[in-house]
Amino acid sequence: MQTPAAIRFDRLGQVFETGSGRLEALRNVSFEVARHEFLAVLGPSGCGKSTLLRMIAGLLEPTLGTVEVFGRRVTGPREDIGIVFQKPTLLPWATIEDNVMFPVRHKRGRVGSHDRDRAHELLRMVGLEGFGKRLPDELSGGMQQRVGIARALHMDPDILLMDEPFSALDALTREEMGFDLLRIFGERPKTVVFITHSVSEAALLADRVLVMTGRPGSVLTELPVPVARPRGRETIKDPAVTELAAHLRDLLLQKDAA
Amino acid sequence: MSLSMPDFSKPESTKGRRPDLRRILAAPGVAAILTILGTVALWELAARTLNIPSYLLPAPSSIFSTFPSIGAERWAGHVWATLRVALLGFALAIAIAIPLAIALVRSPALNRTLYPLLVIVQSTPVVAIAPIIIVVLGAGDAPRIVITTLICFFPLVVSTATGLAATPPELIELSRSLRAPAFREITQIRLPFAVPYIFSALKISVTLAVIGAVVAEFCASDAGVGYFIQFSTSMFKLPQAWAGLFVLAAMSLALFQAVSWAQKLLFPWSLPRKR
Repeated sequence: MQTPAAIRFDRLGQVFETGSGRLEALRNVSFEVARHEFLAVLGPSGCGKSTLLRMIAGLLEPTLGTVEVFGRRVTGPREDIGIVFQKPTLLPWATIEDNVMFPVRHKRGRVGSHDRDRAHELLRMVGLEGFGKRLPDELSGGMQQRVGIARALHMDPDILLMDEPFSALDALTREEMGFDLLRIFGERPKTVVFITHSVSEAALLADRVLVMTGRPGSVLTELPVPVARPRGRETIKDPAVTELAAHLRDLLLQKDAA
Repeated sequence: MSLSMPDFSKPESTKGRRPDLRRILAAPGVAAILTILGTVALWELAARTLNIPSYLLPAPSSIFSTFPSIGAERWAGHVWATLRVALLGFALAIAIAIPLAIALVRSPALNRTLYPLLVIVQSTPVVAIAPIIIVVLGAGDAPRIVITTLICFFPLVVSTATGLAATPPELIELSRSLRAPAFREITQIRLPFAVPYIFSALKISVTLAVIGAVVAEFCASDAGVGYFIQFSTSMFKLPQAWAGLFVLAAMSLALFQAVSWAQKLLFPWSLPRKR
């Protein structure tokens, strides 16, 4: 028997009723994400990429079609999904370790020593060992986003949704964060849907890149990244990666011209 | 409040070294105290040289001389009467405003129906309702507390509701995605995020509470600093009325400062960070 895909979109459409009329955000979107696959979603602004994530998380119901997670139709929020937002959105009054444990405290009302141990382990993994007692505004933007990643992983979700997580960071920090992600997911694979504007980021991180069209968003093409794992700093110079990045850039520019 | 002279011994001992004097003038509070002292001195000078009648503008010296003649015990009685009403009215306003703001943010229906009503209540001059409230609720502290609450609760509702709604939407989505109980969205996300908004409203409201208590005393009372001012003017004891006014200003300042300290002490993270 074939195991169901981690995420499956079937002829999905999304229409928002706004004050100024109908807004078709997504049209006939179908794709699958296998378990432990890293899918990057690339597309122009306003093509409904974030809407896709919201529907996987069960925060938004599709107008047409279905979204399935592990073979089950999504009808509401699920707990086995972690989300990393564009901005870190940490709680400014809570220490870093309390921020990492926030999902547990928010869900159950209290945290145990096991949760604290796990928070420390995750902070070590994202390179923030010893920062547990600091407050968010004592940390740089990149460090804060690492805390956001640790927070999303704290309840050990099967699926991690990342909505342009590095877009607010400077170029160098952004590259560092990419290498860190490769290391983190190398240690413990997850099913990841990663939304980005950066073609090189997509080519470096993903197993497969989904390119979307402008509004209404639909799937333009899907391209595999023909580079084996583990990947690292040298991957960025791999001809296969640079070639794919160039190809992706052409695809995006063509669409803009069309 | 301490209005004592700042310590000038340092620049005296290091004569001619101007940077030191400048540093002292730049220290927190020094400029404010000097301004107050300068104003009082000018006022005293003007009152004496221009021979302004004391019922128009009494000299500061004649105002201050009424403090000992009234006596600490009578002052304390009046201050306590006003302070009690102001604080109870303020507390009642908080107790009503914060749950009300939560309800307004949680329920769009309530927001549509209750909010216009609140605006109407706020638009009605409370000073004008005060005599009616006194008649309805009778003598005692109750009507005064209600008047005070009416004056100071509106900024609290509006500011708290604004703060509760200004929470980052990502955290609300996170809360929903966790399927956490709704009350925790309020207690763990929205209320803490509203703290800076709540405190800026508390600072406004606490001074409004003093105004509320005084308005209530003007309508009907036999104690309190507002009553004392009214009573003094009716006897043409203007320096005494001015002394009452100073006491009220000092009370407002002290309450405002107390709220600022409470924020600094309880929620240091909610203050803008100095770098």
